[in-house]
Amino acid sequence: MKSLAELAAIRDKMKDKVALREGVNTTRIVVGMATCGIAAGARPVLNAFVEAVNEAGLAENVTVTQTGCIGLCQYEPIVEIYTPKSEKVTYVKMTPDKVKKVVEEHIKGGNIVTEYTIGNE
Amino acid sequence: MRELSLNILDISMNSVKAGATEILIELIENETDLVFKIVDNGKGMTKEFQKTVTDPFTTSRKTRKVGLGLPFLKLAAEQTGGSLTISSKTKDESTDGSHGTEVVASFKKTSIDFTPLGDITSTIVTLVQGSPEIDFVYHHKVGETSIKLDTKELVEVLGDRSMLTAPEVLMWISESLNEQYDSIGYIKY
Repeated sequence: MKSLAELAAIRDKMKDKVALREGVNTTRIVVGMATCGIAAGARPVLNAFVEAVNEAGLAENVTVTQTGCIGLCQYEPIVEIYTPKSEKVTYVKMTPDKVKKVVEEHIKGGNIVTEYTIGNE
Repeated sequence: MRELSLNILDISMNSVKAGATEILIELIENETDLVFKIVDNGKGMTKEFQKTVTDPFTTSRKTRKVGLGLPFLKLAAEQTGGSLTISSKTKDESTDGSHGTEVVASFKKTSIDFTPLGDITSTIVTLVQGSPEIDFVYHHKVGETSIKLDTKELVEVLGDRSMLTAPEVLMWISESLNEQYDSIGYIKY
C-alpha cells in the first residue's frame, strides 16, 4: 500500500525542483473542463498531458491547467497552448494519442501540429 | 456521460466554481444501490435558482444559454429508478453562517440503464490537479470496506499545497486509490 512515508520521500526529492520552478513557467497548456469538455473526453486528455509533460522532463517549465467552457462545444476536447514563441494555438477534438504528438512536436520541438488545430477543421 | 465518475467530476466542478474551500465526495454502495453525495461550502444557490437548476435552460455559464451538468445527472439517476436531490443555502439565507450545496444522486445498480462508476481515480486526480487550493475528502464505502483520500493529510506531509499538482504527487494519489480498490477487488466497469 502507498504510505505517507513514501509521500514524504517524494517531498524531499522535490524540494530543490520547486525552488527552480518559480518564475520559469514559460508554456501553458489549458484544457477545457466544463460539461461539454468532460462529456467529450477531456479527462483522459488532461491526464495524458500531465503524464507526457512529465515524461518529456518538461514539468519545470510547462504548466497544465484547466478552464471552463471555451464556447466551441462541438470541437471539444479543446486545448489551448500558450508559448512564448507563438500566439495562442487552439487544438480541437483532442485525444490522448494526439497529446503525445503535440507534446513531442509543439511543446518540445516548437512546431505547431497544424492538422489538429481549429484552423484545419 | 459514459461513466458515473465523469458526472462526479462535472458536478464537483460546480463546487469549485462556487468558490468552495472544502469538497466532500462520498459514495455509499452495496450489492444493489449506489448513492453519491457531493457536499461543498461554496456560495450556495438561491431558492429561485434551485427550482430551475435541473432545467437545461438554466446555467451559470456565460458562453452558452444551456447547462447540461445537473440535467444529465438527473437523467442518469432517474433512468435507473433512482433520484437526484439538491439542497443549498446562500450566506443570506443562512441562520448560522454556514453555506454551500449538497447534491445527492442515487442509482439502482440492478437497472440495465445503470452507468458504471468507471475511472473514479482519474476524476479525483483531475480535481486535485485543477484545484490544489481546495481540500478534497473522498470516501467510498463499499459494503463493510472503504476507500479514502483526504488531501488535507497530504498537505500536512508535503508542507506546501502547491506540491499537490506535482506529477509525482498526482501519481502517488492515483496509485494509492487504485491499490485500495484493487485490495478489495472492486470492479469499476
